Amino acid sequence: MKGQIKIDIERCKGCSYCVNACPVKILKMSEKTNTHSYQYAEMIDMNKCTGCKACAIMCPEIAINVWIVEE
Amino acid sequence: MKQVFKKPSSMTDTPFSYCAGCGHSIVHRLMGELFDEMDIAGDVITVAPVGCAVTAYNFFNVDFSEAAHGRAAAVATGIKRVHPDKVVISYQGDGDLAAIGTAETIHAANRGENITVIFINNSVYGMTGGQMAPTTLLDQKTTTSPYGRTAEREGMPLKITEMIAVLDAPAYVVRTAVNTVGNVIKTKKYIKKGLTLQMEKKGYSLIEVLSQCPTGLGMSPLDTSKIWINKMQEYYPLGILKNKYDI
Amino acid sequence: MGEKVLIKGNEAMAESAIRNGCRFYFGYPITPQNEVPAYMSKRMPQIEGTFIQSESEIAAINMVFGASAAGARVMTSSSSPGISLKQEGLSYLAGAHLPCVLANIQRGGPGLGNIGPAQGDYFQATKGGGHGDYHLIVLAPSTAQEMADLTYAAFDYADQYRTPVMILGDATVGQIMEAVTLPDFRKEPLPNKPWALTGAKNRKANIARSYFGKEGELLKNNIELQKKYTLIKKELVLYEEYQTQDAEWIFVAFGTSARIAKSIVNQFREEGKKVGLIRPITLWPFPQDIIAQYADTIKGYFVIEMNYGQMVEDVKLAVSGKVPVEFYGIAAGFLPYELEIIERLKKLL
Repeated sequence: MKGQIKIDIERCKGCSYCVNACPVKILKMSEKTNTHSYQYAEMIDMNKCTGCKACAIMCPEIAINVWIVEE
Repeated sequence: MKQVFKKPSSMTDTPFSYCAGCGHSIVHRLMGELFDEMDIAGDVITVAPVGCAVTAYNFFNVDFSEAAHGRAAAVATGIKRVHPDKVVISYQGDGDLAAIGTAETIHAANRGENITVIFINNSVYGMTGGQMAPTTLLDQKTTTSPYGRTAEREGMPLKITEMIAVLDAPAYVVRTAVNTVGNVIKTKKYIKKGLTLQMEKKGYSLIEVLSQCPTGLGMSPLDTSKIWINKMQEYYPLGILKNKYDI
Repeated sequence: MGEKVLIKGNEAMAESAIRNGCRFYFGYPITPQNEVPAYMSKRMPQIEGTFIQSESEIAAINMVFGASAAGARVMTSSSSPGISLKQEGLSYLAGAHLPCVLANIQRGGPGLGNIGPAQGDYFQATKGGGHGDYHLIVLAPSTAQEMADLTYAAFDYADQYRTPVMILGDATVGQIMEAVTLPDFRKEPLPNKPWALTGAKNRKANIARSYFGKEGELLKNNIELQKKYTLIKKELVLYEEYQTQDAEWIFVAFGTSARIAKSIVNQFREEGKKVGLIRPITLWPFPQDIIAQYADTIKGYFVIEMNYGQMVEDVKLAVSGKVPVEFYGIAAGFLPYELEIIERLKKLL
């Protein structure tokens, strides 16, 4: 299964729950900050995303939307 | 492409006012998801506490009432008695439910009020800057227990949920957490059961959620999740404390 | 008109509440108003109403908050110490623009005091016993009949103005048994409450709140509250004038004190002495205009209260120093001593 996520970086508060939860370890905290001065989470390699939703399930800010790419 | 995760429609677009990593945010979202999935947003009336979630109504498109500190269970009782067919939720923190609100909490449970109580236990008073809570652990330092809690000076942490579980009337009493994906998924299931029991008029349920308060504890969100929530479970173990109905 | 019965003031109050649509009562026992929860516990199930003996007076007022927010006509009752407990809840109810009726059947204070009649909670009731700038509408029954009539009206005032209304009685008017013509059961439908919490189906969510943290919002709520109180002061001043037209001295007294004042007026009038009584029925809003008006023509006012001087301050404010204001006060569960008042009035005349 292939998945795709979109992170609303303005909602992100840099808690790192998604980074920690991702089972394929393709999320990391950016060096950059959003307009609220939070470092935000960003994707390392979308091709490896399985659409498991672990990141979105953990995200307190409802900042992550997830899609399944249908074959 | 099929979208499999998005903001529940029963929630507003307003970004949460809670701190980074706060358990309130996660539990709020679970409630919103359930309001959508169970199609009950038009029937829900939630009572907000005094504490960080005092303006929880900013984040939902459902009817809300505030309550004086500690009195949410009494306010919820009043609402539910007027509208027995609506879904009434009492959403409270540890100070609200287990300190100032102890009497209202116990008596609403003892009367078997047909409500669902969501108890956010983060072992500290967040809104007011990190004071000791009834559920503050032994040796835990807070702004009002600067030397660390001791049994002799402050008493042991209060096991209010265990006390509620001992009562005859409550139908469902469970303790859960939102620090891991697995726990978040379980918490949603437990809240769903509590709401379902209410809708089937099967009585009172209490879902205690061990919740991250990184600011109150002075720890990073991940440390709070991995270290503190696990430490809390040594004294407050997760699990089902009372279960009258297997649904 | 309903049936005429011999009934206690407390019970007349409870029955009248029910006859004007009250179907929810939450309360806690405290002397001298225990007849109220007892009556409600028996009567509410008969009419498919709800009675809960709450775990405390604090729980009761918060159940009232919830039921009122949910759109119901709801009542609680207590006596002085229990009313002290309810003050936070009353401030919240007022701030959230929620209607309700509550009764304070006053007893001797301060503290646990005793269970005798008193009027020591006038300040608490009219100057706002809870925090912040708010007022309750305060009604002072003097007879068991008024316990019935004023309580019936209280529910209409509460809904009309979206505000808590207090029946300020005392142990005497609560316990007294008198012939009362009970009101008829209300026939009109209850007023519509679009602001009530009923589940946000097909409408924007309603919120029952008194907390306004965003800049300017609390000010806005307070301005609304003050507008409301100005309107109530204009529209709802109630009092009784008794033998005042040509009076030289006028008693000002409320509740049980007024009954004694009235009987003294009668005695003096029999001897041709020109004495009268103004009996405030709304203690808030206080009937200051009528008291100011007579201050232009009479020799003086004589205030009788079962306390050490509370309503007398409002009388003095209204009089603005134009005429003397004599005061007789007795507290601690005692009723005013007629003979003492008569002796003092003889000297004044």
